[in-house]
Amino acid sequence: MDAQLKKGLLDVCVLAAIQAEDSYGYKIIKDLKPCIELSESTLYTILKRLEAAGMLTVRSAEHDGRLRKYYHITEEGVRRIAEFREEWKQMVSVYRFIMKEE
Amino acid sequence: MNQQEFLAELRNALSGLPQDDIEERLAFYTEMIDDRMEEGMTEQEAVAGIGSIGDIVSQTISEVPLTKIVKTNIKHKRSLRAWEIVLIVLGFPLWFSLLAAVAAVALALYIVVWALVLCLWAIEVSLWACAICGIAAAVLYAVKGFGLQALAMLGMAIFCAGISIFLFYGCVAATKGVFCLTKKAALAVKSLLIRKETAK
Repeated sequence: MDAQLKKGLLDVCVLAAIQAEDSYGYKIIKDLKPCIELSESTLYTILKRLEAAGMLTVRSAEHDGRLRKYYHITEEGVRRIAEFREEWKQMVSVYRFIMKEE
Repeated sequence: MNQQEFLAELRNALSGLPQDDIEERLAFYTEMIDDRMEEGMTEQEAVAGIGSIGDIVSQTISEVPLTKIVKTNIKHKRSLRAWEIVLIVLGFPLWFSLLAAVAAVALALYIVVWALVLCLWAIEVSLWACAICGIAAAVLYAVKGFGLQALAMLGMAIFCAGISIFLFYGCVAATKGVFCLTKKAALAVKSLLIRKETAK
């Protein structure tokens, strides 16, 4: 897949994984596994990027005697997902056009 | 490799990068390994699942901006003695011009490489132009009744078109190659700075 396209898709994938409830690193990877294989270092980069863009916030909470970081989606992040859905509609019509031409 | 060994090795491999970046990454991987073990993996399996230290290091270096690496470099230096400052000030005409020359050479090399790529594309375009003009000329000759000349022109046009098709792939490969090279060069410069800092 085109690298730039994949980067954009992964961002939205991670946002979607924390949309329903706050989640932590390993759970995000597990939840996304059926859809896309994500390595730890890739996830780290994405989380950092989304945090810098203000699409998620991080909080540390104790779990089983150790600290775990939980990621919480912001309004900005929710907006990004909605935006993606709109973009995707356009994408689908482009796709249909291409397939028809062949 | 167990968790402690992995984290120690990673810390060692990342040394020279900004301290907060190192700590944050180590905390992230610690949590990942703990979570894997909590799910029932053995310590060895959990560590193996994280991937190679080399990959993590090269990714980290490429993500931390160059300016931040340089800043870390300077921050860690001890303060200068008076005679060192005098030497630096007096030596300014020498070291500054040398530095500027090195920078200029590096920039020139970079421009030359891109100029080569541009040349390739220019050849590609001109070959296509030759092919099109050749066909036009062949048609003209044919209309005027010069059969042999028309054939020669047509042959030349097809020859140019053929070469340009080959060259197109070369052009694309060269452009991509230079892009890749630029990325690698940036990584190399950063690695160099980090290694220098660690050696001190």
